[in-house]
Amino acid sequence: MFAYIVRRLFLMLVTLFGISVIIFVLLRVVPGNIVDILFDAAGFVDPADKANLERELGLSQPIVVQYLHWIGGLLRGDLGYSYVSEKPALEEILPRIPITARLAGLALLFSASIGIPLGVISAVHQGSKLDYALRVVSLSGLSLPSFWLGLLILMASVSLFGTMPIFNPNPKTWLEALTIYAVPAMAVGFRSAALTMRITRSSMLEILRQDYIRTARAKGASEASVNYHHALKNAVLPVITVIGIEAAFLIGGLIVTETVFNIPGIARFLVEALRWRDYPIVQNLVMFIAVVVVVVNFVVDMLYAAIDPRIRFGD
Amino acid sequence: MRSVQALAVAVLAVLTISDVSRAAEPKSGGIFRIYHRDSPGSASIHEGATYSLNVPFMPIFSNLVIFDQHIAQNSASTIRPELAESWAWSGDNRTLTFKLRKDVKWHDGKPFTAADVKCTFDMLMGKSQQKFRQNPRKSWYDQVDEVTTNGDYEASFKLKRPQPALLSLLASGYSPVYPCHVSPAEMRTKPIGTGPFKFVEFKANESIKLTKNPDYFKKGLPYLDGIEFTIIPNRSTAILGFVSGKFDMTFPTEVSIPLLKDVKSQDPKAVCVVEPNNVSTNIIINSSAPPFDNLDIRRALALALDRKAFIQIMFEGQGDIGGTMEPAPDGLWAMPKDMLEQIPGYGPDIEKNREEARKLMQKAGYGPDKHLQIKVSTRNIAVYRDPAIILIDQIKSIYIDAELDVVDTAQWFPKIARKDYSLGLNLTGNAVDEPDQSFYENYACGSERNYTNYCNKDIEKLFDQQSEETDLDKRKKLVWEIDKKLQEDVARPIIFHARTGTCWKPYVKNVTVMSNSSYNGYRYEDVWLDK
Repeated sequence: MFAYIVRRLFLMLVTLFGISVIIFVLLRVVPGNIVDILFDAAGFVDPADKANLERELGLSQPIVVQYLHWIGGLLRGDLGYSYVSEKPALEEILPRIPITARLAGLALLFSASIGIPLGVISAVHQGSKLDYALRVVSLSGLSLPSFWLGLLILMASVSLFGTMPIFNPNPKTWLEALTIYAVPAMAVGFRSAALTMRITRSSMLEILRQDYIRTARAKGASEASVNYHHALKNAVLPVITVIGIEAAFLIGGLIVTETVFNIPGIARFLVEALRWRDYPIVQNLVMFIAVVVVVVNFVVDMLYAAIDPRIRFGD
Repeated sequence: MRSVQALAVAVLAVLTISDVSRAAEPKSGGIFRIYHRDSPGSASIHEGATYSLNVPFMPIFSNLVIFDQHIAQNSASTIRPELAESWAWSGDNRTLTFKLRKDVKWHDGKPFTAADVKCTFDMLMGKSQQKFRQNPRKSWYDQVDEVTTNGDYEASFKLKRPQPALLSLLASGYSPVYPCHVSPAEMRTKPIGTGPFKFVEFKANESIKLTKNPDYFKKGLPYLDGIEFTIIPNRSTAILGFVSGKFDMTFPTEVSIPLLKDVKSQDPKAVCVVEPNNVSTNIIINSSAPPFDNLDIRRALALALDRKAFIQIMFEGQGDIGGTMEPAPDGLWAMPKDMLEQIPGYGPDIEKNREEARKLMQKAGYGPDKHLQIKVSTRNIAVYRDPAIILIDQIKSIYIDAELDVVDTAQWFPKIARKDYSLGLNLTGNAVDEPDQSFYENYACGSERNYTNYCNKDIEKLFDQQSEETDLDKRKKLVWEIDKKLQEDVARPIIFHARTGTCWKPYVKNVTVMSNSSYNGYRYEDVWLDK
């Protein structure tokens, strides 16, 4: 187990190094830089001013020097300065992380708390009207883009309640605070919940056909005990994998949700930074997201062992 | 009974009158909440060329002079003193002298003096040690030889030749006075001004907050405690936010005509105005390479345009046809209608124009069996893409098959500068309804914003002639002649001038949307909230 963890940690470092190189090179391969964008606003490009500005921002240095400068700073905890706001990148990124973390956490919670029970119910009542209804709901969850669902929610809340749950940094009541996170979390978590439900259902159906389930029933175990104690415990392993993958995938969904609900989190900030070719922000944010994804995958792998004692890494 | 009724009517009348008078009395307090369409690149007005900057940051600053904030049509006669108490031209019209107010303080408490005026304009002219990162309006001051001071409260602009337009340029929202003691870098992040509101914070992609300046030199103003701009790039969310009451006003001149209908249907009490914004949608032609190096093909292109169709499709009829200068009645310098209709392509009979265009295309070697294949390049933004698609459809009628080439914003100007296009669809915004600004910026030989490199020395002489002319009527006639020639030369065919909407809640008072510029009307010093 220890050897496995060390190996995984080493692989994590290699992965992060690879990501740092890829994002750094890709950003510079994309045509245009911050200077082009700044001049776009001015309506023309002055070659002399452009060269001055590129020199000022360090963009005229060789790409290897720029990379080493960035990685060196990153290792020292110096993330550089945003090209746009001219503030330290850390100062720009840090306040946005808790916002996105809350939203992502709630979305995952919504996904698991809705998806797993509904998946179990659907599997247990396979072929019933309830099963069909739940499958339709799950299909719609997979088909509806989260930005469209978000807009529908906003329009419905304006027309029904005369207000809308868009972000407010200083909510007056706990209810408002919950609403500004919970509603977008539901919008983004709906797809994830639908996927979780389908995986849970199929996994449960497979388990419910196993011999030991029949044995449990023959021994007189109650339906609830069979379903939740014997079946679900064994069916949940692929569900955890999916939730782990969804945690990473969520960032993509959050970009549109944060835009629609005007939430100043890191996903929307990343898109804006990309639009401005704000390299220090994009590079550091992508690295942050990469770290989160790599760590989540690591935790999921560890959870396998904890949940299923048959799995022993490195044996 | 009759007397009782009369008494009741009289009491009601008195109550109504007192209500009206009370409503008309400005109330102090409240935060004015506006959504912002995008996150501006910085807070420094002098270093930007988008009104995304002017709207939130103009309330921080003061100019020497400013267009009257409550007269929609900006003109020389609506210019009012601001940091200047008065101004005077010298007898030879080569020196413009401003007497300055003595009671003005910067937001950090330091006194405002003539040295600040000199610093600002020296920097704009590129004469000072401190430099702007970008200086997009340097050409505005090409005719200014130097700015001099006489004591702390008098500043003079000495000109190389008479230029009556200078005063209008100084009255634009783009011409605030900056403090000498604050660096350009600080002005980009924490601007200091002398205006009615002080800068509080600018969180990129999130919000911009301003607070009342209690030491504002106009006593009793501003009425508002502050202004908050919430940055919402998603238009649907922003409009829903306005309808639901999260905002008191939409971003100025940002509501399209179809969206305006939605707003009015969902919030019938909202006050909405539609005004021209002095932004023209036009075609840029690469005349230095085939096929558009052929004048016949350029003329055919101009003849193929059905301008009314553009306006009908995009603005439900609410747009204007004109030349370079904004059309009348809101534009001050527009050609008379009969003169405009004499220009090829502007005549009302579209089919006849296109028939003539087809003949020109055939003369150039194209026809029903041999279509010209081109790309129409434009920016990947809806207001650019949509008319480009209509253009592609219209030029099919003259044997031109075009493909849409959408270009990322970061690549648009570099691509144009490289001449890596044959036909482009472009938008040109004018900060001031003033021929000097429009002609020199867009059509003068060598100008940075003359994307097509159109260069006609004869017309350029006329630019100077109109620029020096102090007789308004004579100047107007010269401007018409120039505008007509520019259209006949197919320098940059103007398709239409847009109109856009702004909405606010009925309790917002004293907002005026300018009708011949989108850059000058955001001081908000006497805006108040009746709630």
